[in-house]
Amino acid sequence: MKKYLKIIWDGISPANPVLIIAIGLCSVIAVSNSVKSALLMTFSFGLVLIPSEIIISTIRKLIPDEIRVPIFVVVIAAFTTMSVLLSRAYFTAIYDVIKLYILLIVVNCIIIGRAEAFAYVHPVVESLFDGIGMTIGYGWVLTAIAVVRELLGKGTLAGIQVLPQSFQPALIMILPPAGFLMIGILVGALETYLRKKGDKK
Amino acid sequence: MSFSHYLVDLAKIFVSSSIINNIILIQFLGLCSYIGLTDNMSSSIGMSFAVIFVTVSSSILTWVIDHWILIPSHLQPVLQITSFILVIGSFVGLVQIYLKKASPNLYKAMGIYLPLIATNCIILGVTFINSMNNYDFIQSIVEAIGISLGYTLAMIMLAGIRERLRNSDVPQFFKGKAIAFMVSGILALAFLGFQGMIK
Repeated sequence: MKKYLKIIWDGISPANPVLIIAIGLCSVIAVSNSVKSALLMTFSFGLVLIPSEIIISTIRKLIPDEIRVPIFVVVIAAFTTMSVLLSRAYFTAIYDVIKLYILLIVVNCIIIGRAEAFAYVHPVVESLFDGIGMTIGYGWVLTAIAVVRELLGKGTLAGIQVLPQSFQPALIMILPPAGFLMIGILVGALETYLRKKGDKK
Repeated sequence: MSFSHYLVDLAKIFVSSSIINNIILIQFLGLCSYIGLTDNMSSSIGMSFAVIFVTVSSSILTWVIDHWILIPSHLQPVLQITSFILVIGSFVGLVQIYLKKASPNLYKAMGIYLPLIATNCIILGVTFINSMNNYDFIQSIVEAIGISLGYTLAMIMLAGIRERLRNSDVPQFFKGKAIAFMVSGILALAFLGFQGMIK
């Protein structure tokens, strides 16, 4: 059990897909301007990543090495289709805003990367937990950025007014440029932290 | 719709896809190559040419598949993603093999970026945008050209700025990739000024 918890923890912090490995940034910047779309994005992301890892890890001994990438892509595309249809059916309003990014989960580097680096060489149960860990890791970074941007840009959280009416929202925070600025500050903070940690050693 | 209206429509699509809704700075697609390859000018130009070529040809391919196979057989919602990505992936692979054999010089300039493109979100993004907006054949091509030229514009701008940044005194906190993001934030701010240019 401890082993599985460690796999989940790896995804949340030490090997966080967005912060440490710095891949899959497109969707993080694009959908982080409101908490609702961040949550839907995380939901669809998990719905693709976890089953694809399970399937790929189940059939990993049958996959010929030379054509493994096309096979990964087909598996991922199948689950992306399911996830798109589900979000369209149950979360139509948010789906209409971010549909392009949900469709593009199919080429998200995190998913292909985890299929190749983890699911292809690990047994099923471990892959399941890796999928859960990576989804939480992706989700918390995305939601954290979304909370900051929505709070400062609109004064709301998931559509509910949080800050007092007298607060003057900074509209720029929910517009595209702020996404770049937020990621820039995050990357800068992280690199400074890693540099300091390296100096100590 | 008369012919002149149609031409105006095409011009609108071109301007809006290349500048107003710039694929990188406003829609955030293709960020991996945008941050990763703009270290020097020549690789960003090579990548841009490869993107222009593949975007246009794959939007032609996927338009044909979408309108001649998927829509008549009512399979579009279910098979669109899978068929598009497989077609684009195999097309890019074929082009790479052909270039290697037929024109080694062109392969050197552009071929090394082709494998990166197969999983680049721009290519697939363009085809989805075309199919979401129900563009006809010519509109799809114009949209693809517009988007890939917008990509080229953003790539070359950032590459130029980063070449200058190498000789300037960047604050310790922003050294490395962070400054590239901050610069793109400011560029995006500038591009936001084009919003509302077309009704």
